[in-house]
Amino acid sequence: MTAYCRIDHVDKTYKRGTTETCVLKEITLDIEKGEYVSIIGHSGCGKSTLLNIVAGLTPATNGGVILEGREVNDPGPDRAVVFQNHSLLPWLTVYDNVRLAVDKVCSATKSRAERHAWTVHNLDLVQMTHAKDKRPSEISGGMKQRVGLARALSMEPKVLLLDEPFGALDALTRAHLQDTVMGLHQKLGNTVMMITHDVDEAVLLSDRIIMMTNGPAAQIGEILPVPLARPRKRLELVADATFLKCRQRVLEFLYERHQFVEAA
Amino acid sequence: MNMPLAKSVISAGVRSAPPAPVAAKVLPLPVKQKAMNTRAYETLGNMAATVVPPVVMVLLLLTVWQVLCMRPGATLPPPSKIWTEAYDLIVDPFFVAGPQDIGLGWRVLVSLERVAIGYGLAAVFGIALGTLVGQSVWAMRGLDPIFQVLRTISPLAWLPISLAAFRDSQPSAIFVIFITSVWPIIINTAVGIRNIPQDYRNVAAVLRLNPLEFFWKIMIPSAAPYIFTGLRIGIGLSWLAIVAAEMLTGGVGIGFFIWDAWNSSRLPDIFIALAYIGIVGFILDRIVAGLASVVTRGTAAN
Repeated sequence: MTAYCRIDHVDKTYKRGTTETCVLKEITLDIEKGEYVSIIGHSGCGKSTLLNIVAGLTPATNGGVILEGREVNDPGPDRAVVFQNHSLLPWLTVYDNVRLAVDKVCSATKSRAERHAWTVHNLDLVQMTHAKDKRPSEISGGMKQRVGLARALSMEPKVLLLDEPFGALDALTRAHLQDTVMGLHQKLGNTVMMITHDVDEAVLLSDRIIMMTNGPAAQIGEILPVPLARPRKRLELVADATFLKCRQRVLEFLYERHQFVEAA
Repeated sequence: MNMPLAKSVISAGVRSAPPAPVAAKVLPLPVKQKAMNTRAYETLGNMAATVVPPVVMVLLLLTVWQVLCMRPGATLPPPSKIWTEAYDLIVDPFFVAGPQDIGLGWRVLVSLERVAIGYGLAAVFGIALGTLVGQSVWAMRGLDPIFQVLRTISPLAWLPISLAAFRDSQPSAIFVIFITSVWPIIINTAVGIRNIPQDYRNVAAVLRLNPLEFFWKIMIPSAAPYIFTGLRIGIGLSWLAIVAAEMLTGGVGIGFFIWDAWNSSRLPDIFIALAYIGIVGFILDRIVAGLASVVTRGTAAN
């Protein structure tokens, strides 16, 4: 039985003139349906490149991505991305940003009224219905990410890709949004692949944490399962032994064995 | 805005009620009047602040001009002379007294029609070509040097060629307008398209927008501020070019009127025509700028 989503022996090299830079080397990873996987590593280790390869936005040099038994090369709504900098279209309202995706993805399967209902439903999921007629420039950073999340969810992706979705937010907003994402994962059962550089976030949200070695030629250094029962409660976990142990493991990996080197 | 409206509704209600006592009819009126007055004064005050300074400056300039040109032997007429000699042109822009003796309003409209056609074509071609150049590296490499050379050619230099090609003054004038205003539109559109953030392209890729959807939903709105910059430069240039082109091609437009007035030594008329050209050019620029601020609402705010 093959995995739901398999990243199969992916290499990525960038060529500039005669010099070749190997960013990713021999990345192989299986993701199960409904699983929440985080990829963590120092900046420049190619984790965003890996996500872009899965999204189809960047072609892999070698290897490929197999989703439900089929190889995927092009970007598509079955691998919706929540971008780090929200990437909402500033000339559209919150509603229209989500509606654009709904219209494009569900045009064959849903009637006009159903598409409207589906758009509102997804805005409801991220508690953004109240601002549906505002433009992205009129809402806060956390709200923009919520809308980006609603847009991605509305496509009903097979794999939801989160590219450091909380990176640009302040700590309180980030915690709030993490809870939202956790709740939605619990409710909808999405398969999620998240890029992060926040250890607490990775342990709190993930079923498995994929730790990347430093680039160039970054590899998967270690895979850590997080055996915490769901639903998880932020406050209860603060003193939880398993949580602390997982956190310890990730921190050791990042700061002892694979210390960040600026020279790269 | 809501306050006086609500009041007038109330007072109207009172007034229309047939059995109401006479005193009730009178009472709300002075209150309403007072509110209206304060509001009116406020608006007047704001208007005065924007209108008075330029009016003062214009009057000052006219006075200087009057003083300079009043002395005997002055080559140009003073404003007072222009006022008396070109009185009919100033007070009635839309008179018709003969085939060539018509108000300046009519002439401006004829010129505007030419500009509308030439500029409209330039806008369509310019945005289309600009999109191509902005989107395709090879189109840019091939076309951009040509554009950069062609755009420096004076509008009037095109006139003999277009006269030879079209053998008629009307399409020639329109062609000159087109060729003058198309370059800034092409170049600015191309820059706008090239500057579409990769983020938006990624969104389009994930949504699998087809090229047509990408054009209408991402490219045009994203490049709109640039496109409108080009359109605004273009409308200014085409209004500059039409006057020169009409001087040479003849006909009914405002440009030919100036040439005709010069040939029949009617200097005051020329000054009036210049004022018309300036004001119409200003209005055209405002229209495109206003359109831009409506269309690019939101885009620029990010």
